[in-house]
Amino acid sequence: MSRPPSMIRITALTHRYGDREVLKGLDLSISRGETFALIGPTGAGKTTLLRIIDLLEMPSSGEICFDDRPVPGSGKQRLQMRRRMSLIHQKPQLFDSSVYDNVACGLRWRGNKETETVRKVGSILETVGLDRYEGRDARTLSGGEAQRVALARALVLEPEVLLLDEPTANLDPVSTSRIERLIRSIARQRSTTMIMATHDMSQGQYLADRIGVLIDGRLVQTGNSTEVFRSPRSEEVAGFVGMENIIEGKVVASAEGIATVKTGSDPDGTTIQAVSDQPVGREVHACVRPEDITLAPATHRSSARNSFRGTVTGVASSGPLSRVEVDCGFALVALVTRLSTEELGLEEGAAVVADFKATAVHVIERSAHR
Amino acid sequence: MTEIWQGLIRAVQLLVSFDAEVVEIAARTLRIAGTSSLLAAIISLPLGTLIHFRQFRGKGALINIVQTLYFLPTVIVGLFVFVLLSRAGPLGELGILFTPQAMVVGQMVLITPIMLGMTISALSGVRKELLETATSLGASGSQLGLLVLREARYAVLAALLLGFGRALSELGVAMMVGGNIDGYTRMMTGAIWLATQRGDLELALALGIILLFLALVISIVLNRLQQRRPQ
Repeated sequence: MSRPPSMIRITALTHRYGDREVLKGLDLSISRGETFALIGPTGAGKTTLLRIIDLLEMPSSGEICFDDRPVPGSGKQRLQMRRRMSLIHQKPQLFDSSVYDNVACGLRWRGNKETETVRKVGSILETVGLDRYEGRDARTLSGGEAQRVALARALVLEPEVLLLDEPTANLDPVSTSRIERLIRSIARQRSTTMIMATHDMSQGQYLADRIGVLIDGRLVQTGNSTEVFRSPRSEEVAGFVGMENIIEGKVVASAEGIATVKTGSDPDGTTIQAVSDQPVGREVHACVRPEDITLAPATHRSSARNSFRGTVTGVASSGPLSRVEVDCGFALVALVTRLSTEELGLEEGAAVVADFKATAVHVIERSAHR
Repeated sequence: MTEIWQGLIRAVQLLVSFDAEVVEIAARTLRIAGTSSLLAAIISLPLGTLIHFRQFRGKGALINIVQTLYFLPTVIVGLFVFVLLSRAGPLGELGILFTPQAMVVGQMVLITPIMLGMTISALSGVRKELLETATSLGASGSQLGLLVLREARYAVLAALLLGFGRALSELGVAMMVGGNIDGYTRMMTGAIWLATQRGDLELALALGIILLFLALVISIVLNRLQQRRPQ
């Protein structure tokens, strides 16, 4: 497969703050025009990686190539490379001046003619829906408006690489979806290379061509969103991408692509059927998303391959859904609508049947990532 | 008591009638203090910005020394500049002792530490993230310097005003290197001192009122500036 030329290539990148190693030997190549999401828990090193890519910080060791040329440590060439990129912070950092001056500053620093600046700033403010805000004091804007100004300020420069650090982390849902739509349309129209850090998996899934999972300074998995979300490579990734049910077990039988995983250490422990090629005898984790589990009354006859009788040990509502914890020999968490919770009379101590398909189970070799 | 009241009334009369001597002394004071403040600012702003951005050994110690010099007694500066400019001194060749130029030099020595030190602390009030954003948006080193001065403009202006206020109100330097020469190097403070010595309370009070009024204006502007700090 011929890949487009790489825009950013990182080799053996390690970064330390004092004694603490925040990035541990990363290798990553991002193609021109690609949208790449860097997902991972807070403190995994996402921001540091973005800052290093934006040439704001020098890595402790390792190499970065920008547009197939190695980045120099200082000087004019580094500034020129930096001027082809833009970074948007989690918290918009606006200058103490008007909205217009905020958006115009990057163009002025590049020595653009003021007439052209006026035109470009006007047009970009229209794109982000702030065309009447030119004269407003930037410090009087709401969080969502401020982030749109920050976005406009970066986009007006028509960067070849746009770096976004949790661009919606501090915003309300309406502003978030507005910003997401903007990012999506820019990625499509301008074929800008984008790297965005997010701890919101669904945002990564929605916006990115490819996803990299950064956990504890290591890039533990990269791939398209289906791969990462459906087939996490390790227990850590599984936990992070929302596979809340991670059950330890061992493959005891395997036939026609279906593995039988025996849970726990008890010889007559419960078994789970999963679509997997893992060989007999392997120690594994069986992972199931809570939304893939259905709960039914104890009298229910099920056709699912995996059907377990159990007792509800806890119910907590989260938004329109309820998280129901069930003990069926092993602990399971299921997400059920509030209506079903009431209809099924799900409360502590209630007897239920938990069902899930063999295709809903993802099996990972235990400690495979070490 | 009546004498003082009469003096005060006469002083106000001098003021409202724009008495030639009062106007002349006030104008000279503003000119000299203004010149020394301008020159000190021209040194302090770029130097302060440079010190703020550069990391070097002894930076903390340097800032400490600069801050200590805020409290430099005016007579010490007067003595130092006098020795420097006196005929036998290292800069004696210039022959500017007892001229307005000498006073400007002396006041610059006096107020540059204040302007410099306070500029540095004003700049350190600008959030690091903001400067990083500017760097990311493509600002070069000098563009970053201008931006940080602009972001801290109210605090920086306060630093400059404070220096100007000190130049306006000091006596030691003006007397020792200016010589308090009538019509040439006499500033308001020196004139007040002399007038009081002579018993010319009217003139002393009139000039005192102007000086206090200027202090009031500066203080009001300073207050305004401090309230305009970015949130």
